[in-house]
Amino acid sequence: MPGSAQYSPKTFRTRVSTYWWLGRWPYLKFILRELSSVFVAWFVVIALLEIRALRNGPTAYVEFQERLRSPILVAVNVVALLFVIFHAATWFNLTPKAMPLRLGGKRVPSLFIVAPSYLVWLAISVTVAWIVLRG
Amino acid sequence: MTGKITLEVTRYHPERDKEPGLQTYEVPLRKEWVVLDALNYVKDKVDGSLSFRWSCRMGICGSCGMMVNGEPKLTCATFLADYAPGPIRVEPMKNFPILRDLIVEVSDFLVKLGKAKPWLIREEERPLTEGEFLQTPAQLDTFKQFSMCINCLLCYAACPVYGLDPLFSGPAAIALAQRYNADSRDQGAQKRLDILSHSDGIWACTFVGECTEVCPKNVDPAGAIQQYKLTATKEWVKSFLIPWGRK
Repeated sequence: MPGSAQYSPKTFRTRVSTYWWLGRWPYLKFILRELSSVFVAWFVVIALLEIRALRNGPTAYVEFQERLRSPILVAVNVVALLFVIFHAATWFNLTPKAMPLRLGGKRVPSLFIVAPSYLVWLAISVTVAWIVLRG
Repeated sequence: MTGKITLEVTRYHPERDKEPGLQTYEVPLRKEWVVLDALNYVKDKVDGSLSFRWSCRMGICGSCGMMVNGEPKLTCATFLADYAPGPIRVEPMKNFPILRDLIVEVSDFLVKLGKAKPWLIREEERPLTEGEFLQTPAQLDTFKQFSMCINCLLCYAACPVYGLDPLFSGPAAIALAQRYNADSRDQGAQKRLDILSHSDGIWACTFVGECTEVCPKNVDPAGAIQQYKLTATKEWVKSFLIPWGRK
């Protein structure tokens, strides 16, 4: 038996509740972030199905797009988009913790690591939006 | 500031009680009083049987960590006035077995800390005549933050992974291993690799990040763990590509 436990008649261990993540916002935020991975996967699946429809010819592709316009799928995709944005934003915010950069012996401030990530994200999003919306 | 504030304090006597309960105490609400002062007031004037750990009263010894209104805090640095009008709930640190009242059993951490080898390891000792190991301010800067740890264990109380999986090495032990890995005088990184990159080491961490938030010394254990994940991955790739290279 380790340490002082051998002199103590017994200790009391509290069980962690299944809902431990509900009580505090940082814990809830963490669980939501983990959950957001499901929605990232969801968009990947949609993209794969879209490519399959494209391969099956113009009719199949139009049909697939029609199906995506159903109110339920639009609602699901809006929720998924919010989760994916949350996923990306929290990911960028965590980057400086995992990768502390040093320049000239000094630590680069977090902002200089986070801000470029957001700018690249914005640039790619604008490019994609331009390609999609111009036709 | 005058008046009183109510403390709701966990009481647990291992020989008498089946489980911990709360006891209420009225204490003077003084501007300069911290939660630890209030507990000492209770022990001196109201109920001498109340048990809790404390020593320095100034955020250096790391003994007085407790849950204050559900948050892991050093009670010597947590002012009563910030919780007025109360009540203030004072509980033992979460995720540890309770020994008595506000005292928790921390041997588990001490065993894990030892396994992380938190000391300078040299492949070959230098004779004293060669003088001290010199270090530039930049070299000191790479590990200084991690060396500020006072082993108060608030990070363990904040870590849900440790609560759910007591085998997890935990934030402070890993941060302290990283403190020596990052030290230019140390040559023991390889010896710490196995214990750190174990499934109960860094890879059990899911980056909740609360250890860093509650740390009273800004050690950033979450950062240390994520940085070490990168190091361990690089080491793994190296040992995969050059299996004979590893000592």
